[in-house]
Amino acid sequence: MEMPIPDSDVIARRRDIAEDLSRIVPGEGVIVEEDERRPYEADGLTAYRTLPLIVVLPETTEQVAAVMRYCRDNSIKVVPRGAGTSLSGGALPLADGILLGMGKFNQILELDYPNRCARVQPGVTNLGITHAVQDDGFYYAPDPSSQIACTIGGNVAENSGGVHCLKYGLTTNNVLGVEFVTIDGEVLRFGGKHLDSEGYDLLGVLTGSEGLLGVVTEVTVRLLPKPECARALLIGFPSNEAGGDCVAAIIADGIIPGGMEMMDKPAIDAAEAFAKAGYPMDCQALLIVELDGPEAEVDYLIDRVRGIAEARGATSLRISETEEERLTFWAGRKAAFPAVGRISPDYYCMDGTIPRNKLPHVLSEMAKLSTKYGLRVANVFHAGDGNLHPLILYDANEPGELEKTEEFGAEILKLCVEVGGVLTGEHGVGVEKRDLMPEMFTEDDLKQQQRLKCAFDPQGLLNPGKVFPQLHRCAELGRMHIHKGQLPFPDIPRF
Amino acid sequence: MTESASTFRPENDAQLIDAIAWANSDLKPLELVGSGSKRALGRPVQAAHCLDLSAFAGITLYEPEELVLGAGTATPMADILAVLEEKKQELAFEPPDFGPLLGRPAGEGTLGGLLSSNLSGPRRIKAGAVRDHFLGFDAVSGRGQAFKSGGRVVKNVTGYDLSKLLCGSWGTIGAMTAAVVKVLPRSEKTRTVLVRGLDPEAAVKAMSDALNSPYELSGASWVPSDLTTASDVGYVRDMESSVTAFRLEGFGPSVEYRCGKLRADLAPLGETEELHSHNSLAFWAWVRDVKPFGQPGDERVVWRLSVAPTDAPAVLARLHEITGAAAFLDWAGGLIWLALPHPKTGAEELVRGALRTGGHATLIRGPKSLRAAVPVFQPQSAAAAALSRRVKESFDPNRLLNPGRMYEGV
Ligand SMILES: Cc1cc2nc3c(=O)[nH]c(=O)nc-3n(C[C@H](O)[C@H](O)[C@H](O)COP(=O)(O)OP(=O)(O)OC[C@H]3O[C@@H](n4cnc5c(N)ncnc54)[C@H](O)[C@@H]3O)c2cc1C
Repeated sequence: MEMPIPDSDVIARRRDIAEDLSRIVPGEGVIVEEDERRPYEADGLTAYRTLPLIVVLPETTEQVAAVMRYCRDNSIKVVPRGAGTSLSGGALPLADGILLGMGKFNQILELDYPNRCARVQPGVTNLGITHAVQDDGFYYAPDPSSQIACTIGGNVAENSGGVHCLKYGLTTNNVLGVEFVTIDGEVLRFGGKHLDSEGYDLLGVLTGSEGLLGVVTEVTVRLLPKPECARALLIGFPSNEAGGDCVAAIIADGIIPGGMEMMDKPAIDAAEAFAKAGYPMDCQALLIVELDGPEAEVDYLIDRVRGIAEARGATSLRISETEEERLTFWAGRKAAFPAVGRISPDYYCMDGTIPRNKLPHVLSEMAKLSTKYGLRVANVFHAGDGNLHPLILYDANEPGELEKTEEFGAEILKLCVEVGGVLTGEHGVGVEKRDLMPEMFTEDDLKQQQRLKCAFDPQGLLNPGKVFPQLHRCAELGRMHIHKGQLPFPDIPRF
Repeated sequence: MTESASTFRPENDAQLIDAIAWANSDLKPLELVGSGSKRALGRPVQAAHCLDLSAFAGITLYEPEELVLGAGTATPMADILAVLEEKKQELAFEPPDFGPLLGRPAGEGTLGGLLSSNLSGPRRIKAGAVRDHFLGFDAVSGRGQAFKSGGRVVKNVTGYDLSKLLCGSWGTIGAMTAAVVKVLPRSEKTRTVLVRGLDPEAAVKAMSDALNSPYELSGASWVPSDLTTASDVGYVRDMESSVTAFRLEGFGPSVEYRCGKLRADLAPLGETEELHSHNSLAFWAWVRDVKPFGQPGDERVVWRLSVAPTDAPAVLARLHEITGAAAFLDWAGGLIWLALPHPKTGAEELVRGALRTGGHATLIRGPKSLRAAVPVFQPQSAAAAALSRRVKESFDPNRLLNPGRMYEGV
């Protein structure tokens, strides 16, 4: 993976720049010593590491604005960082760029229940929001597996999802407003406590923009009242096809469960060995269907889903009778990553989305690729919305195995695109999938997206080297090549 | 209605690209038109030519089990709603039909018009807005280049989410030719609980409490007595007072259960009434399509204000200081529909002045002279306006697509 060549002049000025910055962010907020920068060298995609030029940890929006202005005026690159759990290298530092850590923005500013929203700083963790409001009967719906650590600012930047997104939406559907700072140091607000943002939906554009357009300094999130109850079904199937059919049949019956997760045989085995969740061992695919809402509804739908599953050849079916039992059903699924970590020295988590009905095809193709590369793969799957997480098992200490794994991963993602899906469902492009972008987009598509970036960041200082495989200068992107037509398009019908 | 010298009607992508490329070479602005049903909304566009996109019609993808539908942007909404109906599905944001409100027949709108305006119905409070259901598109930019974003799956973070940008951009970013939207199962049952006689303050409080209960409301509206008298639902007319309406939708047993619970919660507010299927549908269609202000011959100016729901009573009180004001609430107070007899100024300063703590106001209906004279969309801060302009120019550097429809110079 090639990153933009670091600017050695900037690196040579490290001490001076740090001194300037510590006038903006006094105290411990500017980190320049190598051993103190070390903890920031990678995010969740640990195969890639770079020591940042300087780490800056601002505490106020004014400081962020001043840092941004300084960086713009001195052409210094900026990489925003939340908790550093990105799995795509979105927060991978640059040797000639400052790493702007937003961890000190950790305050919940306002809980506004009558308007069902909370105003929080971006460094608050995802779970921190739910913790702050759960005693009052509310929660924040998007629930990435990393929710204990990841920040809401990172969630906005990645448009993160979780098992509840099928029914309640992704981050983008649960954020009402943001305050953000442009590279010019301007502080802008989009949205607020009202439901529709005015003018262009730049809140929507910012969400999922991977830190390439601005730094988020405040987020207004939507809160939901906690459902009365939740129950889950644990259903085993003799084949991936049968499991996939059941998922389709549930939705065709008009039911959108709170969560609907599937695991294939290798994932079931690993999860059971690790979490002892009592998963059936005689099935090839395991489905967890969770229904939440008023009790009367949940009980009614549990019966309906049971009927559908039995008609689709379920080999085992359990229904949670207590809250403990429901959580046990989930324990294996939620521990799938560490469980796979136990049976293999390393694993590589992929994240493609496919049209749901392509699942059997994609899984069988994946099995062929697994044989071809000689690498095992376990699959966990947000079955309701087609988001697939193949975990490739490998050993980074074996020479060449990481490269082979990445190649395997790339083939899986290409397969996802081939069947009508996409490269990434929730983890982001970052550096990881950057060079695969042309699988999905034409050069014109990618140039147009970069022109949009130019509208926010004309010098290309915000998180360069991420998302786009090829960097172009804004001036070059802006040029138009239009030849003066002769007669106005003679072929087009006119009236 | 248009000043356009002539109309071009490209029949395929190549012709559309040609048309926009030509417009660039001659710097001729274009007015983009699907069916033209919302032409009377927005600032009047001064365009040399009209770009008629009606050829890009037809449903190309509908997989009910995958919850997706794809179609040409000129596909009539009526066609889309009909195929969804067959499979007991719907667009969960409840697309309104503003035809009659804007002085045109009902049922004319297209998918492209819906997406370009991002106007959602009462269920927005539960299911999200148009933008939340817009998965991907194909378009031609103002540069005359084809581009796309998104796809046919919901979980997708590959590249910028341009669907959000295009949604509500009123044709100023690109000419969309095809789009994919998320569809959802339609509820098996609908019930509406009515409470009589609440003032705005009490109504907003009651709606907020109900939305904060676990009963999953899918609509919450307040209509004052001067408007309920014109309702096409007998029960509502007979109330002879203001009506606060709470909608519950879902599976039969669930709706019955929640309805019982909600009525018990609301009992201290007085007598409650229940609307069942047909009446419930009719009531919410009336709210959704702004029928209180959409009767033939009604020429009042109509504003739409989006506010924090709990701000609604105070904003409403200020709006009622304007002579002749009539207003009702949707979205539990988050949406204020206002009609005024002020064709010259639309009382613009007073309307926007009523928004003291955030939110925004859009002029939805007014004579052309009014729409040219006052900002139709909420004016932005200088920095936000400059950014919007740069965003527009990144797709349409010569500002040829619907120039000025949203803001002057955009
Ligand atoms: C074990 C594990 C499980 C995971 N499970 C899920 C899952 O279920 N679903 C899911 O969607 N993701 C998941 N992730 C991925 C990751 O947690 C999310 O992408 C998360 O949103 C990243 O948040 P963060 O605070 O760690 O951001 P970081 O990793 O620090 O940064 C991520 C990106 O956001 C940008 N950024 C961060 N803060 C800001 C800000 N304030 N302003 C502007 N840009 C900013 C960064 O530049 C970077 O591009 C998982 C990760 C791990 C390690």
